[in-house]
Amino acid sequence: MSNENPSDLKYTKTHEWVRDNGDGTVTIGITEHAQELLGDVVFVELPEVETTLTEEENCGVIESVKAASDMYAPLAGEVTEVNEELDGEPELINSAPFGEGWIFSMKLNDIADLDNLLSADEYEAECQE
Amino acid sequence: MSESSQNQTPKRTPLYEKHLKADGKMVNFAGWDMPINYGSQVKEHKQVREDAGMFDVSHMVVLDFKGNDVKKFLQHLLANDVAKLKDPGKALYSAMLNENGGVIDDLIVYYLADDFYRMVVNAATRENDLKWIEKVAADFDLTLTERDDLAMIAVQGPNARDKANATLSESDQKLVSGLKPFFGVQIGDSFYARTGYTGEDGYEIMVPNETAAELWDKLLENGVEPIGLGARDTLRLEAGMNLYGTDMDESISPLAAAMGWTIAWEPEDRDFIGRAALQKEKQNGSKEKLVGLVLEDKGVLRGHQKVVTEFGEGEITSGSFSPSLGKAIAFARIPTEAKESCQVDIRGKLLTCRIIKPPFVRNGKSLI
Repeated sequence: MSNENPSDLKYTKTHEWVRDNGDGTVTIGITEHAQELLGDVVFVELPEVETTLTEEENCGVIESVKAASDMYAPLAGEVTEVNEELDGEPELINSAPFGEGWIFSMKLNDIADLDNLLSADEYEAECQE
Repeated sequence: MSESSQNQTPKRTPLYEKHLKADGKMVNFAGWDMPINYGSQVKEHKQVREDAGMFDVSHMVVLDFKGNDVKKFLQHLLANDVAKLKDPGKALYSAMLNENGGVIDDLIVYYLADDFYRMVVNAATRENDLKWIEKVAADFDLTLTERDDLAMIAVQGPNARDKANATLSESDQKLVSGLKPFFGVQIGDSFYARTGYTGEDGYEIMVPNETAAELWDKLLENGVEPIGLGARDTLRLEAGMNLYGTDMDESISPLAAAMGWTIAWEPEDRDFIGRAALQKEKQNGSKEKLVGLVLEDKGVLRGHQKVVTEFGEGEITSGSFSPSLGKAIAFARIPTEAKESCQVDIRGKLLTCRIIKPPFVRNGKSLI
């Protein structure tokens, strides 16, 4: 199986991806693998802008037809933006998990924390386990 | 036999290979390897509401009862009265109760001849049902045969009957297309019934294991799409149909499970199992009822969420997002006095729901 996860992103064991925007902020979504496990997404409970989150803090919920699934902050920081489009079109998470289906952005307390996350290959290996 | 079916290697229906071919995502359901979906549950749901879909329901249990006492036996076993069935092929929905009036299972029974009835019960309750039925049947002159030689395909949707009819010979087509709702007819080795679990028109077809895959392919060629158990659940929920084990069980009476209409109280001298307990409950009034909920706020209703009413608390028994309505719906067991609206605790937040009488959707149309 080839690796479908973009190599320029970082990943968590809980199936979030993290994109370094180069300005101290990161954008976060869930992976292709995660959206496939969830099935049709019908509702997303987004975190609020300016919320301060600690690493691995529960910060929202993704509801699919099948089940509710918690979302976690990959690293510590403050929420700067959320994807309001998901309110009307939660299915963007299924159709474009790495693109239009992004979920929220954060300003990290320490951008160097990014190094603690998984690379695409490491994440792929996690998924195979 | 006594081991839990979940611990054993799941069984495969004669359509197992067909599911794999259609990219079915397989899960263990009641000891069977069944497709939960073939990609998108929502798409499959809509396919049934708008066109035609087919479900492999071969895991369900078909029981044939033959003998002089069969009618008398079923009149004792079931809360509904098979004496209502006067025309051959006619079907009846009923609960099978224990002495306390709790629901052992819900089922469909077909009247085929005075000494021949066919029953379809749930897969998850198979062992318990058989034990109970055999115990009650001991005092009656009848034989019970489990028809595990039959597979079952449910074809459902507004175009389901036309598309299924197209797979039949001209003479068989006449017999099948003439079926009235809730009637079945024997066609060669197969049995076609105009019944279902989706709120749409269609058939449930019992077909010999050996020819099930052939029928599946023919239906596929005629534009009937495979539908998984996931969509089956959201379709039945919208249609206001109970699921055994979640909406009712042996501790719940049919009166508290919106199944009062399936109890045949007349004639008064018909002594069905559970009657005394039900009569007492009816006299005293049930404390709880099963209702439909529609979430007015954003979110998704799920089983076991707490319901808050001004008359006390209740609980959601089945809940999901309704693909046809675009909002969350549920069944909930709540205090009998509660009406109009209530609140549901979703992760600590109390969200407002409207209380309605199911169904939510019938024949593709919203009823809420």
